[in-house]
Amino acid sequence: MRNRFAGIDIGSRTIELVIVDVSGNILLSRQSDTGFDPMAEAKRMTEGVAYDRIMATGYGRNLYEIAFDAQTVTEIKAHATGARFYFPQARAILDIGGQDSKAVALYENGKVKKFEMNDRCAAGTGKFMEIMARNLGYDIGRFGWAALLAEKDLAISSMCTVFAESEVTSLIARGENRSEISRGLHLSVIRRAVAMIQRVSSEGPIVFTGGVANNPCMRALLAEKLGRGILVPEQPQFAGALGAALLARGEG
Amino acid sequence: MSEDYRSMWAELGMDLAGHDALLGVLGKAYQDIYLFQKERPEGMAYFDFVMSEVHGLRIKELLDEKAAGRKIIGSYCVFVPEEIVLAANATLIGLCSGADFATEEVEKLLPRNTCALIKSAFGFKIGKVCPYLESADMIVGENTCDGKKKAYESLGDLVDNLYVMDLPQVKSINGRQLLKAEYLRFKTAVEDLTGVAITADSLRQAIRTVNAKRAAIHRLCALRKASPTPISGLDALLTNQVSFYDNPARFTASVNTICDELEQGIADNIGVFPAGTPRILIAGCPQAVPNWKLPMIVESAGAVIVGEESCVGERGTRNLTVESGQTIDEMLEAIVERYFQVDCAIFTPNQERLIHIEEMVAAYKADGVIHYGLQFCQPYLMESIPVEKALEEMNIPCLRIETDYSMEDMGQLKTRVEAFVEQITS
Repeated sequence: MRNRFAGIDIGSRTIELVIVDVSGNILLSRQSDTGFDPMAEAKRMTEGVAYDRIMATGYGRNLYEIAFDAQTVTEIKAHATGARFYFPQARAILDIGGQDSKAVALYENGKVKKFEMNDRCAAGTGKFMEIMARNLGYDIGRFGWAALLAEKDLAISSMCTVFAESEVTSLIARGENRSEISRGLHLSVIRRAVAMIQRVSSEGPIVFTGGVANNPCMRALLAEKLGRGILVPEQPQFAGALGAALLARGEG
Repeated sequence: MSEDYRSMWAELGMDLAGHDALLGVLGKAYQDIYLFQKERPEGMAYFDFVMSEVHGLRIKELLDEKAAGRKIIGSYCVFVPEEIVLAANATLIGLCSGADFATEEVEKLLPRNTCALIKSAFGFKIGKVCPYLESADMIVGENTCDGKKKAYESLGDLVDNLYVMDLPQVKSINGRQLLKAEYLRFKTAVEDLTGVAITADSLRQAIRTVNAKRAAIHRLCALRKASPTPISGLDALLTNQVSFYDNPARFTASVNTICDELEQGIADNIGVFPAGTPRILIAGCPQAVPNWKLPMIVESAGAVIVGEESCVGERGTRNLTVESGQTIDEMLEAIVERYFQVDCAIFTPNQERLIHIEEMVAAYKADGVIHYGLQFCQPYLMESIPVEKALEEMNIPCLRIETDYSMEDMGQLKTRVEAFVEQITS
């Protein structure tokens, strides 16, 4: 009797585990930091959790496949499936995770039509946001709210994490307002994300997934700069793991 | 490779320690990527042997030829006409390489943002690890992209036998005249090097030899149209890569032998991948030995490569030279005619290339195209955008990859390629 299906999304920053039943109801979801030993962490997260089949996604999926004899799916298809579960009409998805970001366009039937991913560095990803928040003395949860308080636009031109850090340092030295610097950093990430979305999809609402979608300033700026509707699932960081679990069930 | 070759490499002035390191990496990569494949055609044993002796027995053969008075000419481009070289009783060898070597030393001579293919050529020279380069009596550079043509100015300081061929950039009457003038100048240079005057008979025979080699590759390509595919993309790429090193007549016979075997396999409905495996066409920059990174990723992601639109592929081998010429001039005209059709991205405009990609997608029943661009290769990266757009307008999925010879981006590339395979899997 197959009735519990697991999806595990092993990302660079965090691991998410989701269990669904045969109707797609979420029975369990949990998140943990990836740490330095992703397989040990993944094993710990699944201990004592019953499931009939598991599908792995995220950058650690191939390691997991070898270590635990699981099936795998790419983050692109997993996020697309997870996003469609919440928003069955979705035709475009933006996912900003810990170490990469991607834009995915879908056909009406949910199949992937085209996708773009960012390059080999942390620019424009969750990791970039974490480092910048820390430089400005914010907890990552408060970073977006602080940015929303800004009253003017501050241009931050560097996308490279290292260069942006020194740019932020000189802005602080110039006496610029922390909120405004924060907004400038949010804007620099959004500019890149908007360009990526526009390369794959030109109209209609965007489903925004990944941990960065929890950031209220990101959501607001994305809507403003794209001029398109933004749909965010309740727990956007679980979209990949949920998609993998749904695919383990036999969807897509 | 046996110890016997060490004195040969030392006499060529090579750096034995660096060369050992290179061969170690090459051997390991070949083991992991090639010998790991299942259900390979038996005829690939010949190519495995050639690869195992690529710096050994083949170099010994070339040095024996040299001892008998034959000259060796090395080239970095499919525009250098092998017909002229053979007709003057010389041997043409491809010098392009597909591995990083001595990168820090290279970056003292070339900017960091130079493509991996050019850097590799310099690295193999500076590191003294390429016996082909060290055996060559003449090294032919050619004015293709800006990167190569400026790099040859610096390469000229490292070698004393560099000859630079100019090439047209427009398919015009003037462009064709330039190519003809350059081939004539090259003919004279080769004759001066060898002391052998090209005759109508020697040129006719050379055209036949090179045509036979290309015809054998065409035959192999045609067999890749079958489903299930009778040969992996990795193995087909290897045969093409070997064509740049091997003795032409022996190469032709070996390719024809493997084709006989594959034809029988197709008749028996035997393939190296199951029928229904997603079929991918690779288009873009050349992949020189041992640059097997992308095909390895593609074929371990559950897809099969059915064709290469590349210099190490159909761009390099498309079209035969017309054999009906009687005089040297008629035959040279036919050679110019054949090479002038090569649709390299240095030409502007270069609409023929897009047409060829579309033709190849149809002929090989490809489900999608991966456009392979080397980082900093301006001509192909520029073309990749209109190529992708045109293909998508025809509902042919296209994935643009931009990479180099390093292994740092393996994870990202795997994710992209696997997602593309998911995308095109019906």
